[in-house]
Amino acid sequence: MTLHIDISEETFGSTLAKAFRNTAFVAGFVITLMILAMAVVSYAWTPYDVTKLVISDKTQAPSLAHWFGTDHFGRDILSMVMVGARNSIAVALVAVGIGMGVGVPLGAFAAARGGLVDEALMRLNDLVFAFPALLSAIMITAIFGPGAVNAIIAIGIFNIPVFARVARAGALAIWPREFILAARAAGKSSAQITIEHVLPNIATLLLVQGTIQFALGILAEAGLSYLGLGAQPPMPSWGRMLFDAQTRMVVAPWMAIFPGMAIVVAVLGLNLLGDGIADILDPKSRRQR
Amino acid sequence: MTAYLLKRLAIAIATLVLASMVVFAVLEILPGDPARLMLGMNASADQVELLRNQMGLNAPLALRYLHWAGGLLSLDFGRSYTYSVPVIDLVRERLAVSLPLALIALALSTIIAIPVGLFSASRRGRAGDTISMGAAQLGVAVPNFWFALMLIYVFAVWLRLVPAGGFPGWSAGVWPALKSLLLPAVALALPQAAILARVTRSALIEVLNEDYIRTARAKGLPYRAVLWRHALRNAMIPVLTILGLQFAFLLAGTIIIENVFYLPGLGRLVFQAITQRDLIVVESVVMLLVAAVIAVNLLVDLSYAVVDPRLRSRQ
Repeated sequence: MTLHIDISEETFGSTLAKAFRNTAFVAGFVITLMILAMAVVSYAWTPYDVTKLVISDKTQAPSLAHWFGTDHFGRDILSMVMVGARNSIAVALVAVGIGMGVGVPLGAFAAARGGLVDEALMRLNDLVFAFPALLSAIMITAIFGPGAVNAIIAIGIFNIPVFARVARAGALAIWPREFILAARAAGKSSAQITIEHVLPNIATLLLVQGTIQFALGILAEAGLSYLGLGAQPPMPSWGRMLFDAQTRMVVAPWMAIFPGMAIVVAVLGLNLLGDGIADILDPKSRRQR
Repeated sequence: MTAYLLKRLAIAIATLVLASMVVFAVLEILPGDPARLMLGMNASADQVELLRNQMGLNAPLALRYLHWAGGLLSLDFGRSYTYSVPVIDLVRERLAVSLPLALIALALSTIIAIPVGLFSASRRGRAGDTISMGAAQLGVAVPNFWFALMLIYVFAVWLRLVPAGGFPGWSAGVWPALKSLLLPAVALALPQAAILARVTRSALIEVLNEDYIRTARAKGLPYRAVLWRHALRNAMIPVLTILGLQFAFLLAGTIIIENVFYLPGLGRLVFQAITQRDLIVVESVVMLLVAAVIAVNLLVDLSYAVVDPRLRSRQ
C-alpha cells in the first residue's frame, strides 16, 4: 500500500482538471506531443527521402515543394528535421534513464543510511560537479569515438549526480514524517520503506527534474553533434545540420534557421511541461503565484 | 563560521586532489602513444623507446602521477606534443582570449538578468511579468551556438558591423579585439541571462512574502527602497549560487562558441588537443578549468557570509 500524503485529498480527476487550466502545462504538453509525433511519423513517412542526394536541387530556398528549403546535397530540410527528432529524443531520453536509474537509488540510499555513506556519496557528487559537464562529455566522446551511443553515455553520466541530489534532498524531507515512523513501528526495513513510501512521495520531484534533464539533454546532444562528436552522417541530427549550415550561411541561411528552431521548440516544450507539472502538483510553488 | 569555512576549504582541496587523480587515470587509459605520435609513423621502435624514456613515460604510474601533480602546483605543465612549446605559454596566450570573453559574458548576463528579475518580481502576475518571463523561458531554450549563428548572419553578414569570426589579437588594439569578442559574448550571455532572471525573480518573490518586508512597507518605506535594499539583498544567495555555476559553465561553454567564431581561446585549444591526442595540453587545461570551478564555488560559499550576516554568527 502506498501513501500519497501531499495529494491525498485530491482525486485524479481534480488534478487533471487543474492541469488543463494551467497554461504552461497545456502548451508544454501540446508542443512535446507534436515533437514526439513528428519523430514517430518520420519512421513511416517523410516528405522526401533523407538518404537520397539530389544535387540538382541543392540549397533551394523554402518553397511549396520544400517548405524548409534544401541543403547542400539537395536533401529536404523538413524531412531531415523530422528524422533528426528521433536522434535527439532517443539520446536525451536514454541519458535521463541512465541518470534516474543510477542516481535515484544512490540518492535514496544516501538518505536512508545517512552518516558516513551519505557524506561519501555527496562528496562523490561534488567531484562530478567540479568537472564542466560539456568539457567532460567532449572528452568522453573523443576517447571512445564519436557516435550516438557514446553521446548518450557522456550525457547520462552527468545526469547521475543531478538525480542523486534531487532524490536525496526529497527523501530527507520525507524520512522525519510520521507515516514513516508508523511504517518503522510496523517492522518494515529501510529498503521497504524507501520503495513503498519514500519513492512514491518524491515521484513528482523526479518527474519535474526528468523533463528539465530531457531538455538539457537535447541541448547537449545538439552541441556534441555540432562539434561532430554525436550521431554520424548520413543519420541526420539537428546539431550536425547546424554545423553543415555554418559555412553556407550567406547562400542558404534556412539551413541554419530551421534545425535551430526545432531545438528551441523541443526544449521550450519540455521546460513548459516541467514548469506546469511542478505548478500543478507542488503546493509550495502554487503559493508563490 | 570559521569552522564552516575551514571545512569547505578542506573539501575543496580534497575534491581538487581527487579530480586530478581522475583526470590522470582517464588519460592513462586513452589509446595512442604520445611518443609514437610525436615521431610519426616512420620512426623505429628503438627511437620511440628512447623518447618514451626521455619523456618519463616508462616510470611507474604512481611516480608519474606525483611528478605531474607536483608540476601542476609549480605551474610547470610540461611541453605540448604538437606545438613543442611549454603548455603554460599556450595556456597564458589562450587565456587572454577566453577569460575576457567569459567575464564580459558574465557581466552582460548579470546586467540584463537582475533588473529583469526585479521588474518581474515587482509586477508579479501582471502583463510585464508574463512577457518578460515568457522571453526568459524562450531564452533558456535557445542553444547558444545557434543563437551565435543567427547573430553572425544579422550583424556580420547582413549589417557588416562586426567581423564574423577570428581574433586580431590584443596587439591590434583594444577596440578591434573587443569588437571580435562582442558577438561571442552576447551569444554566451543571453541564455545565461534568461536562467539568472528566472532565479532572481523566484528568489525575490520568496523574500517579498516574508514578514520583515511587510514591516518595512508598514513603516512607510517606498516600495522601490524595500525592493532594492531589503528584498534584493536577501535574495542574493540563490542568485550568487547560480552566478558561480554559470562562471564554470561559461568557461566550458566557450569550447563550442570559440569554435563557432574561430577564436583562438582555451576552449578551442582543448578541443583541438583532444582530437590531436595532445594529452599534456588536455590534462592541463581540464585541471585548470576544474580548479577554477572549485575556486569559484568556494568564493561563492565565502560570499554568503558577506551577503548574509546571520550566517557569520552561526556555528
